[in-house]
Amino acid sequence: MLRIVLRRLLWAVPLVLGVSLVVFLLASLVPGDPARTILGESATPDAVAALRTELGLDRPWYEQYLSWLGGLAHGDLGTSVFTGEPVTTALNSRLAVTLALVLTTVVVCSVVGVAVGVVGALRGGITARVLDVVSLAGIALPSFWVALVLVSVFAVKLRWFPATGYVSPDQSLGGWASSLVLPVVSLGLLGVAVIAKQTRDAALTVLESDHVAVLRANGLPETRLVLGHVLRNASIPVVSAIGVVFVGSLDATVFVENVFVLPGLGSRATQATVDHDVSVILGIGVYFTLVVVLVNLLVDVAYGLLDPKVRTA
Amino acid sequence: MSATVAATAATAPATAARGSLLRGVLATWRGRTAGAVLLVVVLACLVGAFVTPYDPLAQDLAAARQTPSGAHWLGTDLLGRDVLSRLLQGGASSLVAVLVAVLVRTVVALPLGLAAGHLGGRVDQVITRVVDLVMAVPTIVILLSVLTLFGNDLLIGMAVFGLLGSAGLVRIVRGAALAASQELHVTAGRLMGLSRRQVAVRHVLSRVRGVVIVQTTLFATIALGVQTGLSFLGLGAPPPEPTWGGMVGEAASVVQSYPWLMVPTGGVIAITVLALGVLGDVVRDTTADRSSASGGRSVRRRGRVPAADPGDPDVLLAVRGLEVAFATAAGEVTVVRDVDLDVRAGETVGLVGESGSGKSVVAKAVLGLLPRNGAVVAGSAWWRGTDLTGLRGRGWRGVRGSQIALVAQDPLRALDPTSRIGAQLGELVRVHDRVGRRAARVRVVELLEQVQVIDPAEVARRYPHEISGGMAQRVAIAMALAGRPRLLVADEPTTALDVTVQAEVLDLLRALQAETGMAILLVTHDWGVVADACERVVVLYAGEVVERADAADVFAGPGHPYTRALLDCSPDQPAPDGTLRTVPGTVPPPDAWPTGCHFAARCPRAQDDCTQEGIPMVELAGSRVARCIHPLVPAGQPVGLTLERSR
Repeated sequence: MLRIVLRRLLWAVPLVLGVSLVVFLLASLVPGDPARTILGESATPDAVAALRTELGLDRPWYEQYLSWLGGLAHGDLGTSVFTGEPVTTALNSRLAVTLALVLTTVVVCSVVGVAVGVVGALRGGITARVLDVVSLAGIALPSFWVALVLVSVFAVKLRWFPATGYVSPDQSLGGWASSLVLPVVSLGLLGVAVIAKQTRDAALTVLESDHVAVLRANGLPETRLVLGHVLRNASIPVVSAIGVVFVGSLDATVFVENVFVLPGLGSRATQATVDHDVSVILGIGVYFTLVVVLVNLLVDVAYGLLDPKVRTA
Repeated sequence: MSATVAATAATAPATAARGSLLRGVLATWRGRTAGAVLLVVVLACLVGAFVTPYDPLAQDLAAARQTPSGAHWLGTDLLGRDVLSRLLQGGASSLVAVLVAVLVRTVVALPLGLAAGHLGGRVDQVITRVVDLVMAVPTIVILLSVLTLFGNDLLIGMAVFGLLGSAGLVRIVRGAALAASQELHVTAGRLMGLSRRQVAVRHVLSRVRGVVIVQTTLFATIALGVQTGLSFLGLGAPPPEPTWGGMVGEAASVVQSYPWLMVPTGGVIAITVLALGVLGDVVRDTTADRSSASGGRSVRRRGRVPAADPGDPDVLLAVRGLEVAFATAAGEVTVVRDVDLDVRAGETVGLVGESGSGKSVVAKAVLGLLPRNGAVVAGSAWWRGTDLTGLRGRGWRGVRGSQIALVAQDPLRALDPTSRIGAQLGELVRVHDRVGRRAARVRVVELLEQVQVIDPAEVARRYPHEISGGMAQRVAIAMALAGRPRLLVADEPTTALDVTVQAEVLDLLRALQAETGMAILLVTHDWGVVADACERVVVLYAGEVVERADAADVFAGPGHPYTRALLDCSPDQPAPDGTLRTVPGTVPPPDAWPTGCHFAARCPRAQDDCTQEGIPMVELAGSRVARCIHPLVPAGQPVGLTLERSR
């Protein structure tokens, strides 16, 4: 078990190196000059050169990369060339918003998705058909599109929830929850569909297995069978689906946070893209990568807890 | 067994459809609709973009914010531009971007997946590592940084998206290639002189085609979502240029004052992704074996009338006129019919037949364990006044486990792999004895001792994968004993075990029967097991009971030619030259049963009248009852006269 955890943690190193190296390489290959962008077309060549030196842009890309890595080792991700703010400061406050959004989404998706999936597996027939249609819509429709529809119906027409904006839980817990409802639903539709489908497939496989037939034939009541044995055995593939949903939701925050104007990492990433702000993009890359590594770690630990063969191996 | 036959029958059309996937997809109305919608959208965008009714960029402020009219079929936008013309042109760029992503992904993933799965070794290791790494990369961040650096060129962005997305596809193709390269026909292909690579490409591609298409439609919907999402965020082509995402963004900004604009712009995206999604779903249904095997189909009982209860107090289980059918893609298939059998208290009855005879189906039907697509369509199974075929849900309480219990064929699959042996056994004890955990633990040890497990306390702590097959079968028997049943249904209890262990398990069953007085219904294909354990025998052939008799009478000389043939095939009855006999011909599958005797085509004694009409059960000498009008044993004569074997 400990070995699995350590191995996963070590994964973070090549991942962060790989992601950042790619971004750096791309940045060095592409013509264009951030100093010129910042100062504008009317700036004198001297001023641009001075800024280049100040930002370290006159050094070769690998030197810049190594010095960025050196900073990373100390937890320093550099400074945004646009706002002048240290990247870590700019991102830390936004991490909380994104994590609140994504974690809530994943919890809601898991509960709803597993419940719907189990009901679908036990019922079959019409329930399964309805589930298929809902899953299809959830998987197919883009989250930003769903978000816009939700806003126009529930915020603009019905005025049940705010259309945009984020309320910190310190200010008002109710306001915080209410500001998260629509973003969570737009992010979560896909997740519910994915988890429900996986749960139903897994539960159907387990329900057809010999050991369930034997327990049923030898007198175990249906509720205990489903809760104690079917769910437990089906949970292994479901956990990996939950991991996938987590990562997918993290990616989709880029769209959803923009629709709802939430001050998270996703909306900052879009801003940085518009600004061509490489250091912020890199910083967000590091944050996202570390979260993904952590999620995969948790999935592996869950495997170990759920499957005795993994644990004892 | 017959479940397998039914499933095979059901998958046949699916296999045929794989040969012509397109025809299979177009055979469903969902496939036709989705295909037509996609075709219209794609053609309209690719061709229509050049022949748009209006210049997509031409503004006409006088005609701004118009709802649909003859002049502007889909209305006009905020600047009076024709929405239809803009959608067509924007669609062209969106669809091309999706196509780029899909192409890059497929072109990268197919060769890598094939190489990893087929070459194995170092190549496989390296590719798998890289794939694992790429799958953990936060896609959207890479995508955004590419857009940062390439000045919001969505085509390059989508190419990168396809590259990152190829990791998932590599995994799938690798898995299929790995499985395929271990299959027999690949080996056969090699022998026929095809090169390794030709074989791999040919077989693997045909094998993964379905899953690749499903994955590709799914990926295309995601790519379209990302493409429109990015252009919605303003990261695509800059404004006056029309994009689907940009138009949705524009519509969203005026959703209160001019809601119509949201309908065509959002609608075209929704329709396209849903059509892609449905198409993927249909392809999956067409290619997947399992879902088409049952496909949510079910069968119903014909009428509510149970067969009459014989009401004999000595008889525990009386099966009368039992008929079981399965719903398949080809329709309802009957797999057993007109089955009568009795089990009396304390006796052991052997239910004998080849694979596909329907013996396991009978056992499952008695316990209400038929798969979802199967059901008892006629007849009854009487258990002391209760028709078991009418029980549902809670009705089984007080019957399963405490009256009738089950020991399954493969002991290692019969135990829940995630639960300790003591836990699963204890759970049953707590249900049947209504005791707490502590008392249950004591009884668990007792039960394990009863099935002669050497160190019960230690075994109770183990997981199923930590014990041997023989030990697992003892545990499985202990689970069946937990409710102190009066009848044990043992479905091929020794088939999956080593020969030495088989004898031990049979001895154990006999000892337990002597100790508890329970009856056993022993499903088997092995005459040795019948000879060792059974007092009476019921022989099944192609879904029908062909003979019922005392075991001694059957071994002395059976009445039905099939029973004779089956006995001659058993390993302890070799032919004079020492070889193992087989019954010539094959068992007819359930959907191809002949009129009259099911065995007639293979029977040495068959005459014309055998295939005219259904054959009744005929009472013969001794205890024998056989479904035969030209039996080996005459009707009603003393057993002694028929001892001589008639060959």
